[in-house]
Amino acid sequence: MTTALFYVFGATALAAALLAVTRKNAVASAIWLIVMFFGLAANYVLMEAWFVAVVQVLVYAGAIMVLFLFVIMLLDLRTEVLESTAAPRLPAVGVIAALLFLVGGGIAVHSASLDPGPDPQTGEARQAAALFPDEVATGPEIEGTAENIGGEIFGKWILAFEVTSVLLLGAILGAVILTKRRLT
Amino acid sequence: MGDLLTTLGSGLPLVGAEVTFWWVMGRIGLVLLLVHVLLIVGALMVWAERRVSAWMQDRLGPNRVGPEGLLQPLADLGKFMFKEDVVPKHTSKWMYMLAPAISLVPAMVTFAVIPFTGSYEPIYGADGQPTGEYITQSWQIADLNIGVLYILAIASLGVYGVTLGGWASNSKYSLLGGVRASAQMISYELSLGLAVVPVVLMVSSLRLGDIIAYQADTVWLLFTQPVAFFIFLVASYAETNRLPFDMPESETELVAGYHTEYSSMKFALFFLAEYTHMIVGAALVVTLFCGGWTFFGLEQLGWIMGVLIFAAKTTFFLFAFIWVRWTLPRFRYDQLMALGWAWFLPIALLNIVLTGGALAFDQDWVLYILPVALIAAAVIAAWFKYRRDLDNDVPKLERAPQLVGVAGSGGEER
Repeated sequence: MTTALFYVFGATALAAALLAVTRKNAVASAIWLIVMFFGLAANYVLMEAWFVAVVQVLVYAGAIMVLFLFVIMLLDLRTEVLESTAAPRLPAVGVIAALLFLVGGGIAVHSASLDPGPDPQTGEARQAAALFPDEVATGPEIEGTAENIGGEIFGKWILAFEVTSVLLLGAILGAVILTKRRLT
Repeated sequence: MGDLLTTLGSGLPLVGAEVTFWWVMGRIGLVLLLVHVLLIVGALMVWAERRVSAWMQDRLGPNRVGPEGLLQPLADLGKFMFKEDVVPKHTSKWMYMLAPAISLVPAMVTFAVIPFTGSYEPIYGADGQPTGEYITQSWQIADLNIGVLYILAIASLGVYGVTLGGWASNSKYSLLGGVRASAQMISYELSLGLAVVPVVLMVSSLRLGDIIAYQADTVWLLFTQPVAFFIFLVASYAETNRLPFDMPESETELVAGYHTEYSSMKFALFFLAEYTHMIVGAALVVTLFCGGWTFFGLEQLGWIMGVLIFAAKTTFFLFAFIWVRWTLPRFRYDQLMALGWAWFLPIALLNIVLTGGALAFDQDWVLYILPVALIAAAVIAAWFKYRRDLDNDVPKLERAPQLVGVAGSGGEER
């Protein structure tokens, strides 16, 4: 049953993603992208990763896509305008990006299949167990609850988390400086 | 799959924990029942809105159909059904058709995680004897361990119906309404979400049942988190597009805003969606800040009592929705944005920091710094305004002239 549902939602997400990149109308593309996010969220639920599923809907479908729609509606984008201003080499860039994504995804999946999970004997796992005895004691199997994800992010992956937040801060500052001509 | 269903269903001992055919049937029946309750209460809210507003304005309101006009929603439904369903030529058909449904469904789906009643379960000690203590066990359709986040996620989808309805109508009033709605709801979503964080910090669980149990054990979070309560309440008014924040459909400037081009049942769906959002908002305030279905031990009488308590509290906040609508004037758009971004957002963030500090260092008094400081600031500001008005000779508001005397004198002049 779970497998059948996985294929149903996976197919939905794929079809919606294809529709999102092929529609001429920018609003229709945005709608299909939202449907795609829901397909992904449903698959996360099937993996019992409730937290990730809900955050997927909250952040992408609920916030980012609303802003996308807002901008599309505000600018009243027409297809002709887009065709005349979009970069001419866009398809080539798309192919390169897709290739890079496939290679990166392949490496990630391959290394994940080789990695047996944190070995309780290594220093890393011991350190984590000392910091968060409740979370890590359960072993390599990590449930997708908010507690576990919080423990992982603010424990083991704290450096990566902080670097990401600095990156986002830089992006915000850049956006403000680019859009505001005069900062006074 | 079975595991998934039991996770969803735990906490509702109506049909048993085992996933059987009858378990699934019972759950579907419960969902259908709740959907109908929501629809009927939504329809009754339309009646209540008209009656209460009439009461506040010294009128009668609809009182002819049925006792006290209670059957008015049925009559309205008949009217909506038989009105011509106009689909203007200039619209985007698909989106125009879908938008009312998109705005109604998220409001209803949110209710799945809200506990509407519950039971008291005795705690058994290690020897199998009851220890004399009880825990509250909330009943809801789906007991998610991330209930609060689920609600925020689904609530953030409510904006699509309004935005897309405004866009698909392809008219300037509708589009303006839709754009206003998306900007407003995005802005207040932030404050809404951040206002819940102190609650989650104090309870240290995202499960709504745990939040209710915490409040039943200690005090209502309304008393320990008054600032969060106020921000959540006001932000939920903005999220439901109600006065004083009804810019997306303000009649005086935008005809009817995003639903200008809608008629018949499609308009009725938008209308119903607004009221369903109100019901869910009120139920959320009750659950997060006012103890949900518990009321100082009265709920121990049985689960029917729990339903009644929950209904009574929700009704009070629904009344407050109507009350505010017919009392306060509409904000200007810049005032709305200033309130959301320049006041609520920093105060909510400060509240999170203070609550986190109070919990980390176990200093309860820190919780009360912010509410006391805010009330003091409000009193001081009001005092300075009063003094300035005195200095500037601003005339005091006077009672409106009574109509009684006008009839005789006014008539002679004409």
